[in-house]
Amino acid sequence: MSTIALNTSSAIGNAAAADASAPVRIAVKDLNFYYGDFRSLKDISLDFYDRQVTALIGPSGCGKSTLLRTFNRIYSLYPEQRAEGQILLDGQNVLSPSVDVNELRARVGMVFQKPTPFPMSIYDNIAFGIKLYEKLSKSELDDRVEEALRKAALWDEAKDKLRQSGMGLSGGQQQRLCIARTIAQRPEVILLDEPTSALDPISTGKIEELIEQLRSEFTIVIVTHNMQQAARISQFTAFMYLGELVEFGPTTRMFMNPVKKQTQDYITGRFG
Amino acid sequence: MAEHIVSSYDNDLQGLRQRISEMGGIAEKMLVDSIAALVRHDKALAQVVVASDKRLDVLQREVEENAILTIARRQPLAIDLRETISAIRISGDVERIGDMAKNIGKRALAIGDDFQPQKIVVGLQHMGDLVLAQLKDVLDAYAQKDTAKALDVWKRDGAIDALYTSLFRELLTYMMEDPRNISFCTHLLFCAKNIERIGDHTTNIAETVHYLVTGETLAIDRPKNDRSIDTTVGIGA
Repeated sequence: MSTIALNTSSAIGNAAAADASAPVRIAVKDLNFYYGDFRSLKDISLDFYDRQVTALIGPSGCGKSTLLRTFNRIYSLYPEQRAEGQILLDGQNVLSPSVDVNELRARVGMVFQKPTPFPMSIYDNIAFGIKLYEKLSKSELDDRVEEALRKAALWDEAKDKLRQSGMGLSGGQQQRLCIARTIAQRPEVILLDEPTSALDPISTGKIEELIEQLRSEFTIVIVTHNMQQAARISQFTAFMYLGELVEFGPTTRMFMNPVKKQTQDYITGRFG
Repeated sequence: MAEHIVSSYDNDLQGLRQRISEMGGIAEKMLVDSIAALVRHDKALAQVVVASDKRLDVLQREVEENAILTIARRQPLAIDLRETISAIRISGDVERIGDMAKNIGKRALAIGDDFQPQKIVVGLQHMGDLVLAQLKDVLDAYAQKDTAKALDVWKRDGAIDALYTSLFRELLTYMMEDPRNISFCTHLLFCAKNIERIGDHTTNIAETVHYLVTGETLAIDRPKNDRSIDTTVGIGA
């Protein structure tokens, strides 16, 4: 297991300090990714720690979303895209052809930049995914929907309108509904691809608060363009540039005293 | 260091540096003049020192306000955040240095033409020279982001403390010798203490420069040689 020097013990904001003694949940080894002939990830090796939030930062096109999309093989929807190398989720290589991608995507949930509720009721938005994998009684299903909505901090706002369309919620509520939908599958890992970039500051605050709570149960990987957000909510940060991993470390160190000049230039807004 | 994409960000940080540089210049001059006024019984010069402090206060307030605005507007990170926080700290230290020098100026006015033993005056002058060198070096270290130079200042403060302790003893002896000496000796004692305190502020600045450049804080314990706390002069011994 990798060990990381924690040279700054105090955390920024309210995010807890990085725990590098946490077990590795996802180990990426020598990962390369291709869009047709274009190599968009170059020999990425990186560990993601259990029940820690890891932020992926870097300029547009650096490969951070691509990296995120390899964890649940969502890229394989597109035939010209392929990944080489290893992504070990609890020791099992998710890139192996023998892996059932549907099962994988239940274990590794994903929330996108724009809220994507299904055009159905709030209740069904959540129940839909559960019903794909599990046969539950009506009351068990009700309990699961409530549990997911509670964990996504949406229960109080949605409990009286579960039969109304999910599309009628505000943007921030829709995003929490998408998180609830993901949680309902009881995943191990949650991938968040710029989950707040389309939200107002109050909705963003609620999502950030939610991420902090979800950390006790899930391993979270978040792509964000907002440096301060990465500094606030993550325990580890990886900076990527042009398909390469430039620097990885505890978030506090990455934002107060990064080792690499490229990282410093990027987070301080000097990147030309 | 490369420039920011937003050029006004560079101007903000540059503005902080310029103000601190101006503050440093004023504080150096105040220190030199205050000791000269004390040694030469120069009341006019002492008045100048007292008056100079206002500008220092104004600049310090500007640094503080602008640094706070920079934090609010730009949410600086890494070197920029350290630079902004360092500006607040250093301007605070330099402002205090100005206050100490001003106090020496006021005491120079109060002592007037009272007798001053040559040995004490020489001691004060020597202490002043050492502290002035410290102040110059630490301001250079800040301007040049030279952590080795800052560390040097940090380590050298012990010599000033030692000198202060010996002056303290000397002044106590004068006071015991003749109660008429007590008034001016007390003033001189405070002057010596002020100079010693200025030395402490230069080490604070040195610590800040080290943090600014490296992102690491220095050890809590700095070499110290101020033994005045334990100093007693036996009465009737």
